[in-house]
Amino acid sequence: MAARHSSVEQGTTTPGGIGRRRFLGYLIAAPTLAVAVPIGASVLGPAAARALPTPVPEPAEIFDLSDLILTSTQPTANLITVVVNEDGTVSFSMPRAESGQGITTMAAMLIAEEMDVRVEDVTVTLADARPELIFNQQTQASSTAITMYEPIRVAAALARGRLLEAAAIKLGEEVRNLRTDAGKVITKSGSNIPFADLAVDAANVATRQVLAELRPQDQFKIIGTEVRRDDVVAAVTGRKTYTTDIDFPEALPTMVARPPMIQGTVESVNNLDEVRNMPGITDVVTISTDAAPDFSHSGQSGVAVRGRTFGQCIAAVRALDITWSGGTVDGASDESVLQQLRAAQAPFSVPSPSPLDEAAGQIPLVTEGLGELGLIEAIEEEFVFYWRSNSAMEPNVAVADVRDDSAEVWTPTQVPIWTQQQVAEELGLPLSQVTVHVMRGGGAFGRRLFNDAPLEAVRISKQTGKPVRLMWHRTDECRAGRVHPMCTSRIRATYSKSAGQVVSFEQRHTSVATDYTEVFGEMLLANVARLPFTNELAVAQSVFLLTAAVPYDFGAVVLGLNEIGAFDTFNTGSVRNLYNMDVRPAQELMVDRLAAKLGKDRLDFRLETLESGRARKVLETVRDQGGWGRSLPDGVAQGVAVHEEYKGAMAVIAEVDTRPATVNRQIPGATTGPRVTKVTLAVDVGLPINPLGLRAQMQGGIMTGIAHVFTASLHLRDGNFLEGSWDDYRYTRHWNAPPEINVIVLPPNGERIGGAGEFPVAASTAAVACAYAAASGTMPTSFPIGHNEGIPFDVKTFQPPIPASPTNGLEFYPAPKAATGTFNPAQ
Amino acid sequence: MPEHTFKVNGRQVTVDIEDDVRLLWVLRDVLDIRGPKYGCGINVCKACTSFINGKAFNPCSVPVSQIGPDDEITTIEGLPDTVGRDLHPMQEAWIDRDVPQCGYCQPGQIMAAVDLVNKVKAEGRTITDDDISGIRNMCACGTYYRIREAIKQGAENM
Ligand code: FES
Ligand code: FES
Repeated sequence: MAARHSSVEQGTTTPGGIGRRRFLGYLIAAPTLAVAVPIGASVLGPAAARALPTPVPEPAEIFDLSDLILTSTQPTANLITVVVNEDGTVSFSMPRAESGQGITTMAAMLIAEEMDVRVEDVTVTLADARPELIFNQQTQASSTAITMYEPIRVAAALARGRLLEAAAIKLGEEVRNLRTDAGKVITKSGSNIPFADLAVDAANVATRQVLAELRPQDQFKIIGTEVRRDDVVAAVTGRKTYTTDIDFPEALPTMVARPPMIQGTVESVNNLDEVRNMPGITDVVTISTDAAPDFSHSGQSGVAVRGRTFGQCIAAVRALDITWSGGTVDGASDESVLQQLRAAQAPFSVPSPSPLDEAAGQIPLVTEGLGELGLIEAIEEEFVFYWRSNSAMEPNVAVADVRDDSAEVWTPTQVPIWTQQQVAEELGLPLSQVTVHVMRGGGAFGRRLFNDAPLEAVRISKQTGKPVRLMWHRTDECRAGRVHPMCTSRIRATYSKSAGQVVSFEQRHTSVATDYTEVFGEMLLANVARLPFTNELAVAQSVFLLTAAVPYDFGAVVLGLNEIGAFDTFNTGSVRNLYNMDVRPAQELMVDRLAAKLGKDRLDFRLETLESGRARKVLETVRDQGGWGRSLPDGVAQGVAVHEEYKGAMAVIAEVDTRPATVNRQIPGATTGPRVTKVTLAVDVGLPINPLGLRAQMQGGIMTGIAHVFTASLHLRDGNFLEGSWDDYRYTRHWNAPPEINVIVLPPNGERIGGAGEFPVAASTAAVACAYAAASGTMPTSFPIGHNEGIPFDVKTFQPPIPASPTNGLEFYPAPKAATGTFNPAQ
Repeated sequence: MPEHTFKVNGRQVTVDIEDDVRLLWVLRDVLDIRGPKYGCGINVCKACTSFINGKAFNPCSVPVSQIGPDDEITTIEGLPDTVGRDLHPMQEAWIDRDVPQCGYCQPGQIMAAVDLVNKVKAEGRTITDDDISGIRNMCACGTYYRIREAIKQGAENM
């Protein structure tokens, strides 16, 4: 019992502090050493206790979405388990999804750090759905690092402590005379025992409670170093197993014929027998494609085909003759939605000197000092953001095997418990009879927060009585897949030239309703009473207020959200980021205008008005390392933006080249246009666990930002989206990826962990938009800028719903088409 | 059902399947060669990029009937064998630079990169940024910057 601590003291240090807190965990009865820790044992509480500064900050500044996820995941006293194997390696089954964010690698690093083992000796797998974890198995809003950091380390520390105890007994030594290094317990005299020889000795016959102490930050050897992804070799050799790759020969390829309109319904299938008899086809069934188990929402449906190969499924989907009845938005177009959004926009309410102001429902504001400000002027702008797709490279996929009394599902879900619950409900099975295996995903970006694919797969498996390997076609990904809703953001700012300052900043965001009900919804409702502002907000408004903020001291700040439609009128979701990917770029463009009105340098003005020291620090970093203000030719310019979210701060300088020679460069089959030539990004995430992975995340966010500024959007026409593939949906490609990117990860700033996955989108989008505005001498107000520059692709078939695969692949490589023209919005 | 015989990754194979089934599905669903990925099925995303007789092509857009008995298909799984090593230098560069995020597009990216470097070398040139900008392979995780670095590094060792 030498390692047992004499006193039980739960931590009382301040959040972010590095005091020697002790943590509770369990030694678990098992054949080798196994330890477990409740997730949510953290003493890191919400920042609610922080005194409210005046003037009253926007809600996101005192209690943001990261806090919400943290508090929602705290009360579930449930266990994560670390096991030491007989060969000395360590296994950890992680209750999270991994779709490229690098969180399994991060977990391995945390364990290696506390246990003194090599990172490569830690194997992290993804846990099946574990319903007892309630909110603790979601992977979203960049929250993984924030919620898992401490529990994983505590488990590893307990394991190390127990290994020391076992070694002490074996050697007749005292624990305090032993240390660990490189997977061994080492004595003062230098002799050692490998963990492999202790794994069984350290096993426990009965489960019992123990305490552990965490290694202080100044002794970290692995956290903060650059570690490659745990699956990098598998990924580059083609051996990484994604859902449709699993070895389950009876689960035959399966696809669904989807309606030509959004959320349409199958009336009749007119050639069922013909299609059933097509080569390779085993089954054709009509199924609900609703994203929820009961069919009460829209009743949307489709026709599933199952066959020997996906190629034959594609042929069968194309051959189906289906009569469809209407969808939820028949006839709707970008134009009609924009009209509806404008009709729903809330009026500005901050007192304004403008005679045009028709402020309705004015909110009381502190306006003292107004007298000394002299003449107050106003600027006002409306920004429009069109639909964006959150499709990943790997489409929606799920393998399902439904039996009479049980079901097994493999899918890269970000919400395994919810998947398990919905599948159970759909099939009328008890939760315990449903197994959900969480597969590594080929990207997620918010799309896998919904159960579209697993629910379809279990319905098809149930109806056919056979296992299925369901995959969506790329065209379905664009048209039936979830979209980031179209929205407008109106901003009015008032300023005083004589005082050289901004007096008020008001932003009215109006959006097509976003579907949060299934995940955030539950969490928010469970926590409403704990939020430090009104508890009567609708879910979407809560999300908005928890994420949106203005990082600058702009006097009276008002932010508001209105929505049109029901949450499921369109198939919606977030794209890497929630509201901020639109809200913040709109703000930053206005900040540039305010700087111009007040005669200040764009970066200096930001530095002067930023409220947080962390934000100023990252901005100074990009200023110094990104060459702010360096001389550039006409038509090339820099833009700068700052963003705080996910417990971190980031600043970005982007350079955009809009000169004709660049814009009109010819690359076969490419939409070229303005080029982002250089990006400098500085990020403070608190404690960066793996700077290598963090930089990768930042680079990815930059690519998304570039796409959202220039070309990536869906065009809504006559009740459906025109895009049907990549090339139509113009995400960033090699030809418009910046040739120069410098990501600076700031050194550790306390021990608070920030998120990373979605963080860079808002700032990158904003910096690129601002750079484009400066380079072109225009004020872009409609995004992506190329959205209304025509449709530079051939619109693919709606009936049949998916295009035929070409047959001329041997004639053409790489580009099957001539250039689709350039994109020059400046002309 | 028609029979189709050809070589994949050094192995002679014969499959019974309809003529018009695209090679990608013959590789993946019949032969269990899962390295080439589906991303579009219409010769756009390039996730399926593999080699036919040493040159890149997109098997999602080639009916199996167009592959003859003398044709040799190489997928990402067979790439190291083309240089007689455990890993192709391009794969090593990819690992060194920690290029992948989700990894889904990477088999196609690597095959396209090797093909491009081969082509540029055959022209007696070294690879340029403009060459790389012409690669069509889509990556939704946005790994382009590291791919750019890795191609240059891999090319030096090819
Ligand atoms: S799947 Fe072959 S090019 Fe996209
Ligand atoms: S690494 Fe995920 S799509 Fe390229």
